[in-house]
Amino acid sequence: MRTEDRWLLPEGIEEVLPGQAARLETLRRALIDLYTSWGYELVIPPLIEYLESLLTGTGKDLDLQTFKLIDQLTGRSMGVRADMTPQVARIDAHQLKRDVPTRLCYLGTVLHTRPDGSGGSRSPYQVGAELYGHAGVESDAEVLCLMLETLKLAGIADVHVDLGHMGIFRGLVRQAQLNPGDQSVLFDALQRKAAPEVRARLDQWSVAADVREMLVSLVNLNGDLGVLEDAERALRKASKPVRQSLTDLKRIASLVSQRMAHAPLNFDLAELRGYHYHTGVIFAAYVPGRGQAIALGGRYDDIGQAFGRARPATGFSTVDLKALVALAPEVGAARRGIFAPSSEDPLLAEAIERLRQQGERVICALPGQTGGAAEMACDRQLLLQNGRWVVILL
Amino acid sequence: MLTIALSKGRIFDEAMPLLAKVDIRPVTDPQRSRKLILPTNQEDVTLVIIRANDVPTYVEYGAADIGIAGKDVLMEYAGDSVYEPLDLGLARCKLMLAGPRDATNVVGRLRVATKYVNTTRRYFAAKGTQVEIIRLYGSMELAPLLGLADRIVDLVDTGNTLKANGLIPLEHIADISSWVIVNKASMKMKHVRIKAFVQQLAQIVEHG
Repeated sequence: MRTEDRWLLPEGIEEVLPGQAARLETLRRALIDLYTSWGYELVIPPLIEYLESLLTGTGKDLDLQTFKLIDQLTGRSMGVRADMTPQVARIDAHQLKRDVPTRLCYLGTVLHTRPDGSGGSRSPYQVGAELYGHAGVESDAEVLCLMLETLKLAGIADVHVDLGHMGIFRGLVRQAQLNPGDQSVLFDALQRKAAPEVRARLDQWSVAADVREMLVSLVNLNGDLGVLEDAERALRKASKPVRQSLTDLKRIASLVSQRMAHAPLNFDLAELRGYHYHTGVIFAAYVPGRGQAIALGGRYDDIGQAFGRARPATGFSTVDLKALVALAPEVGAARRGIFAPSSEDPLLAEAIERLRQQGERVICALPGQTGGAAEMACDRQLLLQNGRWVVILL
Repeated sequence: MLTIALSKGRIFDEAMPLLAKVDIRPVTDPQRSRKLILPTNQEDVTLVIIRANDVPTYVEYGAADIGIAGKDVLMEYAGDSVYEPLDLGLARCKLMLAGPRDATNVVGRLRVATKYVNTTRRYFAAKGTQVEIIRLYGSMELAPLLGLADRIVDLVDTGNTLKANGLIPLEHIADISSWVIVNKASMKMKHVRIKAFVQQLAQIVEHG
């Protein structure tokens, strides 16, 4: 290793520097206040836990994303959290064991083995909220609204929300009677919206014509609210669960629009992100100029089953709060502060104490230091006038 | 604003007439210009010229909304990170396994030279064969001649290059043509514009 490389951080591992860090912390505090005001209780899951509890019921993607190590005390495998949602589900199922609806929120750094779509970060700062114990569309709408409030608080304008529903693809695949191998091939082609491939595969497996047409139609069922009407027409021969999923989507859209006028809702019935994990509606938030979603969420009922307690669950999380802060327009607030000279005068110490209690930022000069008030980003300074310490504008 | 990324060469040459049919024409002559960003007759449409292998990257990260890329490049690109809504059927060729005309059976692991490392690994894994893959960036035909590899995986168009180097195609891996790819977020945020564009192209591809 060359000496000039030694200070470099590993790929995808970032630190947050002054300015940006202050904004991140301000936002973090505001978000906790917001969630508290909606009745979401803060939990702080551990950074690391046994692999079994960390990965139960979450599928292979998260497994590959998790850094693993061996516990020297027990010889068991441990993982550094790559997603806090399963941890919070475990807390609800195993620690709280309540019967009433439970609302929890959390924030913290997670670690990914590989940088995924989130702008190359391997240490995203995740923030999220989950609602356990209610299976209806009302709770889906609530967490979706809270996601929109979160983005609004972060100062992100022009958010587009994209909604989908796992029940549609699941139901149609069941109707088509595809085996799991073929299902995953079809899933892969649908995720790429590769219409010619979807059609070719379904022909190859000789899927019945009406089910085939419904599956092919999914590729083009994306866009604004009108898509749901197109879908009703295109999927009128679908099984009851599929049509129920459509009704759910419509209900959620109307509940969200009631609460937040002009909520920018779009639909994509071929979107199947987190297929092995989600069980109902899914949603994601996008902003112009950024290729990946900035916040994601959806319903994932019964994940707690693995911990001995199945509960309906729905929630959202931001992909990376650091990225959100970077996306939000810079608020050009000038840095304010008071520079105090280096002195052992007890009256000065008193004055400084008083000012700090008033919420002022007071910086004490160090003997022989370089730079004065302006260089230390202060707009005022403390001066001794007629035996009293007074604040003077620079 | 719509940014379309594509590579120079065969894909560009065959895609231009197609784009002209949906009324997208570069205002400067791309053959003469060394510019990489080409404005078009439509004010909100820009073409960007990049290397073929970079097209999915530009589209995945949203630097371009739409791309035109060969299926070979897409198969090699990891993941399902872009939409692939339309097969343009342009720049058709085949991805093939090829070897020397007088090839003998290889004892031990087969050494395969290719620039399609992921695709080759997947192909042999599906066949249940473990091979040693040697990554090259071009002139794959040389590898068996100089004893670097036993076989190659490469695009075959007429087969003349293979023949000239004493190689013959052995196994067909995939049919290759150019596809339209779309950034996921763009598809969601500019769906009206992009869906119309894809549908227009689809009609032209189908009816000529």
